[in-house]
Amino acid sequence: MPDTPLIRTQDAATPTSGWHSLVSDWSSDRHAFKDVSWGKAMMWIFLLSDTFIFGCFLLSYMTVRMSTTTPWPNPSEVFALEIAGTNMPLILIAIMTFVLITSSGTMAMAVNAGYRRNRRAAALLMLVTALFGAAFVGMQAFEWSKLIHEGVRPWENPWGAAQFGSTFFMITGFHGTHVTIGVIFLLIVARKVWRGDFDSGRKGFFTSRKGRYEIVEITGLYWHFVDLVWVFIFAFFYLW
Amino acid sequence: MAQASAEGQQQHPIKLYLIVWLWLFVLSTFSYLVDYFHLQGILRWSLILIFMMLKAGLIVAVFMHMAWERLAIIYAILLPPLAVVVFMALMIFEADHTLFTRIRFFSPGSG
Repeated sequence: MPDTPLIRTQDAATPTSGWHSLVSDWSSDRHAFKDVSWGKAMMWIFLLSDTFIFGCFLLSYMTVRMSTTTPWPNPSEVFALEIAGTNMPLILIAIMTFVLITSSGTMAMAVNAGYRRNRRAAALLMLVTALFGAAFVGMQAFEWSKLIHEGVRPWENPWGAAQFGSTFFMITGFHGTHVTIGVIFLLIVARKVWRGDFDSGRKGFFTSRKGRYEIVEITGLYWHFVDLVWVFIFAFFYLW
Repeated sequence: MAQASAEGQQQHPIKLYLIVWLWLFVLSTFSYLVDYFHLQGILRWSLILIFMMLKAGLIVAVFMHMAWERLAIIYAILLPPLAVVVFMALMIFEADHTLFTRIRFFSPGSG
């Protein structure tokens, strides 16, 4: 299969913005998403499906929390940590939030460096992103073991509604899995960028096709989505 | 403002990313302070939702470059999640009903 990007040149008459562009893009044959390569479009569609998965998790959490007659454990106290003698509410979660946002920032810069063909900077920034991601997963592992040690189980916990444990492990576990997969994804792409695969035209191990620097942006889409999901988990599960 | 180039690449100034990054830090700090100062009731919930939506909007628009894409993909990706909002409305009714039946039939002395 020839490695041509699926981006068609525009007719002069085709509008590129506003409602007219929406109608003409969708009614054009074969290819609705112009200016968006197939790789990016597929990642967006995957992320949309993932949105529904996390949406359903958060909805089931809402449903069990609204319908239980036992009081819900106070997350502010459950996730508090004793630091230097003072009790800090929710401090670990706040640090995890900042770590993930920082990693999103370095990822955005990696995409920028990739398109500037600055492969060393792009690979290093992706490694830093992966490092922050690994730190996030480490803190989550710490949080899980702390809660398990305190007696939180999917079916019971010492402070109130039993559904707290099941929703907590399900939602944060699924998100942590996404972060872990993202770290692996980042490391694989960073290695390719460092080696200069997208300059030398080296064929991919899995696809047997030449890659482009766009994969850095596609990896970035996934990584920012993981950060995005955390924004909603932070608001609904930890702060509400 | 930088535009998407002919190849569909997204190239934007680093400064823009840094500003958005800073705002995400500020907004996260605000969300944390909502909890730290024990704000309660409508004020708490509305602040949590406002900060959440602002953060989500910044991430999607700038970091994920949605602001520079064409309407065809923006609507294809951002409209379907509205179904989740409809689902949420349904489940609010469902949860209220479950809570009512639990209080009415399962709490002590309700027989």
